Amino acid sequence: MDTDVSWPDLVATALLGTGRRGSPVPCRPGQDAAQALLDAAAVHTVRRRAGALPGRARRRPGPAPDDPRPPLPPAARRRLTGILDDRAGPAGGRRAAGPDLVELLPQWLAAANGHGYRAQDELLPGLLDAARARTGLRPGALTLAGPRGLWLARLNPQWAYALRTPAPGGPPPAPGDAQRTWAEGLFAERSAVLATLRRHDPAAGRALLAGTWATERAEDRAAFVGLLREGLSAADEPFLEQALDDRSRDVRALAAELLAALPGSALAARMTGRARRCVSRPGPLVTVEAPHACDAAMRRDGISADPPSGSDRGSWWLGRIVEMTPLGFWPGRLGVAGAADAVALPVAGGRRADLHAAWCRAAVRSRDAEWARALLGPATAPPVPDGSPGRDPARLLSVLPPSERAAWAGRFVAAHGLSEAFRLLAVCEAPWARPLGRAVVDALVAAREAGGYPWSFSGVMGLAERCADPAEADRLAGAGPGPGPDHWTEAFARLEGTLRLRALMMRELEG
Amino acid sequence: MGASTVGGMNRQGERGAGAPQAARRRAEARAGRIAAGVTELERRLADLLHGGFASAAQGGRGPWQETAARMVDAQAPGLAASVRELGATAAVGADWPARLLERCALLHLLGQAYLRVDRLPEGLAATVRSRVGVAVDTAALAESVPPLRDHWLVLSQRDGGDGRLATRRIWLHGRETGRTALLLSYGGGGRAPELSLDVGLGLDADLLFHPAARPLRATLAARHAAPVRRSAPPPGGDTAAALRAYGEALRDDPWLDSWPVVLRDVVPVPDPRLGWQLADARGDSAISVDARCDDRRGLWQLAAVSGGGPVTVFGECGHRGFLPLAVWGEELVPLRV
Repeated sequence: MDTDVSWPDLVATALLGTGRRGSPVPCRPGQDAAQALLDAAAVHTVRRRAGALPGRARRRPGPAPDDPRPPLPPAARRRLTGILDDRAGPAGGRRAAGPDLVELLPQWLAAANGHGYRAQDELLPGLLDAARARTGLRPGALTLAGPRGLWLARLNPQWAYALRTPAPGGPPPAPGDAQRTWAEGLFAERSAVLATLRRHDPAAGRALLAGTWATERAEDRAAFVGLLREGLSAADEPFLEQALDDRSRDVRALAAELLAALPGSALAARMTGRARRCVSRPGPLVTVEAPHACDAAMRRDGISADPPSGSDRGSWWLGRIVEMTPLGFWPGRLGVAGAADAVALPVAGGRRADLHAAWCRAAVRSRDAEWARALLGPATAPPVPDGSPGRDPARLLSVLPPSERAAWAGRFVAAHGLSEAFRLLAVCEAPWARPLGRAVVDALVAAREAGGYPWSFSGVMGLAERCADPAEADRLAGAGPGPGPDHWTEAFARLEGTLRLRALMMRELEG
Repeated sequence: MGASTVGGMNRQGERGAGAPQAARRRAEARAGRIAAGVTELERRLADLLHGGFASAAQGGRGPWQETAARMVDAQAPGLAASVRELGATAAVGADWPARLLERCALLHLLGQAYLRVDRLPEGLAATVRSRVGVAVDTAALAESVPPLRDHWLVLSQRDGGDGRLATRRIWLHGRETGRTALLLSYGGGGRAPELSLDVGLGLDADLLFHPAARPLRATLAARHAAPVRRSAPPPGGDTAAALRAYGEALRDDPWLDSWPVVLRDVVPVPDPRLGWQLADARGDSAISVDARCDDRRGLWQLAAVSGGGPVTVFGECGHRGFLPLAVWGEELVPLRV
């Protein structure tokens, strides 16, 4: 057989047809041009496939760093494989009756990291994918993934987020490395370096940023300024004060916010001066007078002249001033001992809601537990209706230490039931302290006895599945069948099943 | 190949329904229908090449569907599947005329082989019949081939197939014989295939290899002991050896798309843009990874297990590149490709 004819010739003939081009190869007797072409093409194809040789290797990735931590125990490894595969499975394919394991992943990760395990190598892509989709998983997933996870993330642009998520508890970067990455790295890597430096050596981090400040793009400047929140101190004030005159509006607003969080800053003093002109207590009542204008100095300090649509300009400026004034100013100004007394004071002219709303924002922003506690009030007091302007008990609650949060939420549920409790429970850390879980389970049993429907409590039920102490499973089982609609039996069975599964998952991590 | 086995399952009930003569008459009648189908397919291929791909491409998929239906009528489901693949290749993607010509040429080669099947060596004849779509009667296999007992290591289990029929491919490797075997299992109507073997299990069992020029496909027969976990890799070679193994297999079965191989000491080179490679740890040779599994999680698992160092990988090496199916890390790890 003549195989001298080239493959491109054969393809060209096939495209145009042997009827037009004839056969590029001789025909055997009894064979037409098309068959001769096919014969020759078959020889070419098989010869090429059989004769394929390796190609030239491209640049191999560098070696992954070692991870001396022990691997997950076998049962826990199978568990994680199952959770990650479930996630990768078809959307909506989840069985309604079973628990959503992905919801349990955050606490599973926390427990696994508490034991000091590393994930097996083949689990790393699944972990990185899961944490890419859900930012809340990132610190836990990246800790479990360890140095090899970061090594892998560098190879896949889809996992770039991992490079800008600073490793919790990771070592500080060496000065030379930090400088080099800052000068040459991708945005994600530069962010990670700055964030890590700020945790270990805030001044070095600020110096790094100041060194290149003039040449950074506006959106990068805003992102980097935001990272100064970590390790923020009076030493940062000169830098932030100069950022108040930045060309970018976002940079200016962020700088003002950070300066307001520094009680000794010049901005805090300027705000305090404005607050002094607006709020006083000449008699038993607190009197409030909103500013009449927003001057250039106020605008420079981060107060925008135009309120969000629908608000009154004076109230808006007042709110911003009070919100950015250090909370420590108020007891002295109002002639009281502390936050609780200040909150209890009557306010003239219907300005109480404005004043309290601004204090709430200030307490949340500065994470001031004393003010948050005072503004929350006792858990047994009638709950604030949802959507009340400016008052957000769940955000205030999130400022309190975890144990106090759980205790407050437990008393709230015991006093008021579950109908207003969802957002409060959502800010309590998992696993819930025993009394909180007990209060929620008791309230669910009470709701069943009152003839409610379980789907009215599906949000709380979901939280309880994830957060209640697994020991509550026994109390649920002990509650027995109720008098109400039968759906409760199913709902309680699901809750109990998930609690027992969580206990099992934790035991698997014991090894 | 897949379609042929389904036909076989459907016909298993006929076995033993009549005297041996009746069975032979049926087989002969079927062979005649297939031969007529092959002749018709050859004519259609010749017409296609006479008129040229360019003018045929304007006809859309209709003519291909029609030809595939004729092959089903001729009881040659293997040919029907190949014709549908021709239809899917025509005018699709870059370089389609070259790929279409390859497929047409190999289909022509199969047709020519079938028309001479009685004169072919026994193994090659079995390969040709099975590729055309004459199923091996797995129930009768035990009477015609000797069982091969070994300690079979489960290398990979991978599900695929279209919406109607799930196909599970399980690769085994025999510790003593060094043979590699492919078990196929099917599940229709949304059910998972019945046979399931955990990767890393070792089975002391009999296999019945289906007759072929290069026997690979097998049926699991008697198991002699409970499975044990073991994972020592079979002997392997470098990238050149893998391509050579595929080339040598093509000598016996030119229609093979790939051949199972173990690559020893290769480093995965991830490159989402240019395509992945597996590079020899020593030297500068590399084999490209089958582009169809680009960016699947399995490739990243492979990279993670390697950590930039050399690993041993099992997979299918073929003209589309290398499809990695399992890697030896701390133990044998199946890859989700």
